[in-house]
Amino acid sequence: MCTVCGCGTAVVEGQKPAESKAHSHDYGHGDHDHGDGDHGHGHGDHSHGHDHSHGDHSHAHDHEHKHHGHHHDHDHDHGDHDHHHHAHGEASETLDYGAGLAGVHVPGLSQERIVQIERDILSKNRSYADENRDVFAQKGVLALNFVSSPGSGKTSLLVRVINDLKDRFAISVIEGDQQTSNDAERIRATGARAIQVNTGKGCHLDAHMVGRALETLEPKNNSLLFIENVGNLVCPAAFDLGEAHKVVLLSTTEGEDKPAKYPDMFAAADLMLLNKSDLLPHLDFDVGACLGHALRVNPNLQTLVVSAKTGEGLVAFYAWIEARAARAQASVKKAG
Amino acid sequence: MHEMSLTESVVEILCEEGRKQGFSRVKTVWLEIGELSGVEPRAMEFCFDAASRGTLAEGAKLEIVRSPGQGWCLDCGKTVPLSERFGACPECGQYHVQMSGGDEMRVKELEVE
Repeated sequence: MCTVCGCGTAVVEGQKPAESKAHSHDYGHGDHDHGDGDHGHGHGDHSHGHDHSHGDHSHAHDHEHKHHGHHHDHDHDHGDHDHHHHAHGEASETLDYGAGLAGVHVPGLSQERIVQIERDILSKNRSYADENRDVFAQKGVLALNFVSSPGSGKTSLLVRVINDLKDRFAISVIEGDQQTSNDAERIRATGARAIQVNTGKGCHLDAHMVGRALETLEPKNNSLLFIENVGNLVCPAAFDLGEAHKVVLLSTTEGEDKPAKYPDMFAAADLMLLNKSDLLPHLDFDVGACLGHALRVNPNLQTLVVSAKTGEGLVAFYAWIEARAARAQASVKKAG
Repeated sequence: MHEMSLTESVVEILCEEGRKQGFSRVKTVWLEIGELSGVEPRAMEFCFDAASRGTLAEGAKLEIVRSPGQGWCLDCGKTVPLSERFGACPECGQYHVQMSGGDEMRVKELEVE
């Protein structure tokens, strides 16, 4: 991790560590300028940002997205900026109560003041997620974010699903783990494209990591993208990656009250797969009670009982995927 | 839960605002962290020391304002205090409560120079 600003623990496979991590702080936080520069609008004027209206900012941002989409990263060596794409699209979220005070600021003279900014801490992640969503929408990609505790069977399920669906869809996978590329290797054995993102000490994937992985992965038009999040039933709930749906897995070897104990994840998900149904005859697991806990937390949750091992219930899951993939593809045709 | 990455986001926001608004040091940061946000304020304070090192926010005081959890009970038809996310209504005991406050995670205000 960068000790200066605390950024840059994640490593995206296929991108040089030097690129993905090291960034010089020789210029203090001058590296922010790079991030801005990539977006093609001058942010030099941000240093006296009170002279112009914030309407300009949002305009510049919209313009950028329309014409350049997500591809700004390709031409610029700023994979290293990790969390440093500052100040685009954010300005419009800023309630600038400090503008009057700042107007009397004289460079070089220190002056204490109170600045009210009212900014959501997750707004940063959300703007990256929106960029990912744009990429998916342009390409008709159905992106699913698979979340669960470690050991619920995410990778085994994905391997099975890819094998069953690979004749019907192009499929690519982003694998999130703290360490190792074991899971990506298991996925690649199916013939699907996979990229491993190692989060280091991070407990979840964030939208920026996914955005960088997309640059390398370049999912095909009208394809499926499966994102296997870090095994963790808490943190990934809070981070929008730009996916169409979060799919939460729970296995029958876990407690049936997990949806009550870890409600955030079940509230954030659109579909719950109760996996390892083949083990039910050997367990005291009350499926109805489990689904009841989940539905109390999220009345809109859809639930399926499946087994990645025997294939039970997966036909229903495939129907669910196909219906949504068709919708994702149709919206591109309509727009085109 | 994931205080380190949230705290990094806070520091990013501070750096960004510093450039936009022309300040070079942050002395105090007021955060609003709802009681139902799942964020542990003490963990955040701990992370802030590390995440702010070498930035304009190094040494800044972190003031965390907790906003109380509350929800709209569909059965009672009114706003009730909520002590846990997805918890029951304290008055009728039913779980038909929609959270309406307490999940905030916001940088509210800064004292800068």
